[in-house]
Amino acid sequence: MSDKKPKKENEALDGALPEVKADPVARGLLANHGKIERNASLLLVLSLVVVTIGGIVEIAPLFWLENTIEKVEGVRPYSPLELAGRNIYVREGCYVCHSQMIRPFRDEVERYGHYSLAAESIYDHPFQWGSKRTGPDLARVGGRYSNEWHVQHMIEPRDVVPESIMPSYSFLADKELVVEDPAAHMVANRRVGVPYDDAMIENANADLAVQADPDGDWSGLLERYPKAVTGDFDGDPSRVTEMDALIAYLQMLGTLVDFSTETPQQAATTDDGEAS
Amino acid sequence: MELTYDAMRHFADSWGLLGMLAFFLAAVLMVLRPGARSRAEDAAQIPFKED
Amino acid sequence: MRNQVEAFLVGVAAVLALVLAGLAADEGMRTHAWVLFGVLAIATWFLLRRVDFSGAKTVPLRSEVAATEPLYNDTVIRYGVIATSAWGIVGFLVGIVVALQLSFPDLNIEPWFNFGRMRPLHTSAVIFAFGGSALITTSFYVVQRTTRASLFGGSLAWFVFWGYQLFIVLAATGYLLGITQSKEYAEPEWYVDLWLTIVWVAYLVVFVGTLVKRKEPHIYVANWFFLSFIVTVAMLHVVNGLTMPVSLLGAKSYSAFSGVQDALTQWWYGHNAVGFFLTAGFLGMMYYFIPKQANRPVYSYRLSIIHFWSLIFLYIWAGPHHLHFTALPDWAQTLGMVFSVMLWMPSWGGMINGLMTLSGAWDKLRTDPILRMLAMSVAFYGMSTFEGPMLSIKSVNGLSHYTDWTIGHVHSGALGWNGMITFGALYYLTPKLWGRTRLYSLRLVNWHFWLATLGIVIYAAVMWVSGIMQGLMWREVGPDGFLAYSFVETVQAMHPYYVARAFAGILFLSGALIMAFNLYQTIRGRLRDEAPMGQSAIEGVATPAE
Repeated sequence: MSDKKPKKENEALDGALPEVKADPVARGLLANHGKIERNASLLLVLSLVVVTIGGIVEIAPLFWLENTIEKVEGVRPYSPLELAGRNIYVREGCYVCHSQMIRPFRDEVERYGHYSLAAESIYDHPFQWGSKRTGPDLARVGGRYSNEWHVQHMIEPRDVVPESIMPSYSFLADKELVVEDPAAHMVANRRVGVPYDDAMIENANADLAVQADPDGDWSGLLERYPKAVTGDFDGDPSRVTEMDALIAYLQMLGTLVDFSTETPQQAATTDDGEAS
Repeated sequence: MELTYDAMRHFADSWGLLGMLAFFLAAVLMVLRPGARSRAEDAAQIPFKED
Repeated sequence: MRNQVEAFLVGVAAVLALVLAGLAADEGMRTHAWVLFGVLAIATWFLLRRVDFSGAKTVPLRSEVAATEPLYNDTVIRYGVIATSAWGIVGFLVGIVVALQLSFPDLNIEPWFNFGRMRPLHTSAVIFAFGGSALITTSFYVVQRTTRASLFGGSLAWFVFWGYQLFIVLAATGYLLGITQSKEYAEPEWYVDLWLTIVWVAYLVVFVGTLVKRKEPHIYVANWFFLSFIVTVAMLHVVNGLTMPVSLLGAKSYSAFSGVQDALTQWWYGHNAVGFFLTAGFLGMMYYFIPKQANRPVYSYRLSIIHFWSLIFLYIWAGPHHLHFTALPDWAQTLGMVFSVMLWMPSWGGMINGLMTLSGAWDKLRTDPILRMLAMSVAFYGMSTFEGPMLSIKSVNGLSHYTDWTIGHVHSGALGWNGMITFGALYYLTPKLWGRTRLYSLRLVNWHFWLATLGIVIYAAVMWVSGIMQGLMWREVGPDGFLAYSFVETVQAMHPYYVARAFAGILFLSGALIMAFNLYQTIRGRLRDEAPMGQSAIEGVATPAE
């Protein structure tokens, strides 16, 4: 490094005014600035440092947030069928038109229900908050419509909502639900922090099959996944279709937290003057 | 040292912010200092040197 | 000697894709492996046909090499010009299709061509296929010209080009097959992300390698912007793409983050994809092509350096403005808002710098439609960088978020700024790269300019109206204290605007088709016999650019 320096200084002074060349302070500054402008790897490192800072400062604190947010009662990992349904929701790009994030505004709370809490999506890998409401918010759609309504709406949306512009998803009712290895999906989730316990993983196949079975024994399932919606969803009890899975997911959305008893601490941090 | 949420925030809105502001101001001053003009004018001609 | 190794490697890769199709753990990977096999098999066939068995060429003498300087690697850039134009047309066309699907829902063809799968195809085709190809192409061109050195790494540049095209094909087919991470503008699944990472590292190596071996002592400011774009996008892509595959032979994966952390990571990525992919990279184009086309150095080089540092400093903070009033902590929202508003200053500094480069040459705008296109792109840059900070103010965002206002904002940036500056660069590059005296027709450029401008203006205006209207309808409360409109009534009210938006898209696509025709004729060496633009400047027009 030291043997190269004089050469760089000379280069740095190319084209400088004579009085600048004579000024020792300017010489020093020029040589240093020249380093940034001329040294590709230094420019690279400096840009990287600068752009990293913002991300670290903003994002890193959120990973300690969990300790400071009070846990809300009721939030649990998805049952195997709900998870399969959620994966269909993701696959079809539902997030492109439907948000799952109710803001603390009067009209949104009236239209969709209690505003969304951070705790309600802690097991969402990935999050599905969305960014556009071409269709309505779905954060609390669970239990709002009957299974029959959902099936009809998926098969031909304009049969139940004539002005709807939603595409038809009739193929879901014809497509048998195929999850190659339900336990593997839960293990992958556990690796990224979702608290699936061993019993849940052992029973993955059975839980997947029983939830949409109208004659099944749901006691184990409901013990592991309280409030899970059970029974046939798509009107065809003989088999489990992708329609079953998707509706099982939709019917539990936003139903896990009981807001008649829960007064979340977090309200103070999300709510501000504009909310009412 | 314990990295808590509060500690991160305190750092972010005090020394962290100040440090970055200082870096930025230094970068701006470096560019605006009188001696930089001729070099900048040279550099601005680079696209016209060769095609 | 030529193409033997390449043909062999691609052929082996094709066989491996076939093996993967057999071993795949889920339906997504199985189908995708077949797609990959098809692409690689076709590539192998093309390479085999081009294998040259004439043996190693004799190594030229040093003096011969010196005599043929400068040896810029321009072939890959020619391919890039063609790819950029083609992807642009694909992206705009899919845009019109999705716009029409929103107007007439019967145009959805389930399952592969439903809106939910088509919209990521549209956004990725425009941002990553069209924009990304434009960035790779122009950065390769600019870095060679401003360092007076040929691209570093020999055929590595070819790997970057074709590797990136393969990424686009895998991403696009994946969306239609339902293979997605559902993170906006980062939809490709883990294995496609990994492939992009490899390509991107090669891109960085080519770019930095060229900078290191430069013959020009100073690194021209356009390269600063390009470099920060490459580096930052690498970082954003890797962090936001962190994910846990269910099986190494399967397509499905689960994001490493969840809920609020996933949201902030995603929008930290998402906003900086705008900041560094669609802004910094394209500013690199601005700082080269506007001075070249106007034949004047940039208005203030020092302002351009301040522009650089302040832009990369501020942009990285602005992401949380996508999450106003959500479950994201309040302090992060406010931080995002403050930095977004501050961003207005460097953005307009850059706009002024770009526009003022034309000072003393304003008359050229009348006679040179290419320069006019570049100037208009900077004007749209100014418009959308004013609108952006405004939309990030929480009280405005409360109304605009979730509505078409955001969509209009994005398009005035993407069509106006990114689209127009890319068109200008393509018009500049094509005659140069193929050694033509000028473009086939400047009159057609003029047509393109007006069709595109009209299209963007209609698009933005229509989306303002529909966005603000829908936002107001959602929150309107009747005298009885209940909500005035059901959700579907607000959907119904959007219909005329959605039709008008599709019309605006058709105007924009028509312009791009005219461009493709013009570039094609230029490449073929044709010159249209036409009256020059603006009678007063006949000589100036005969040879564009110089």
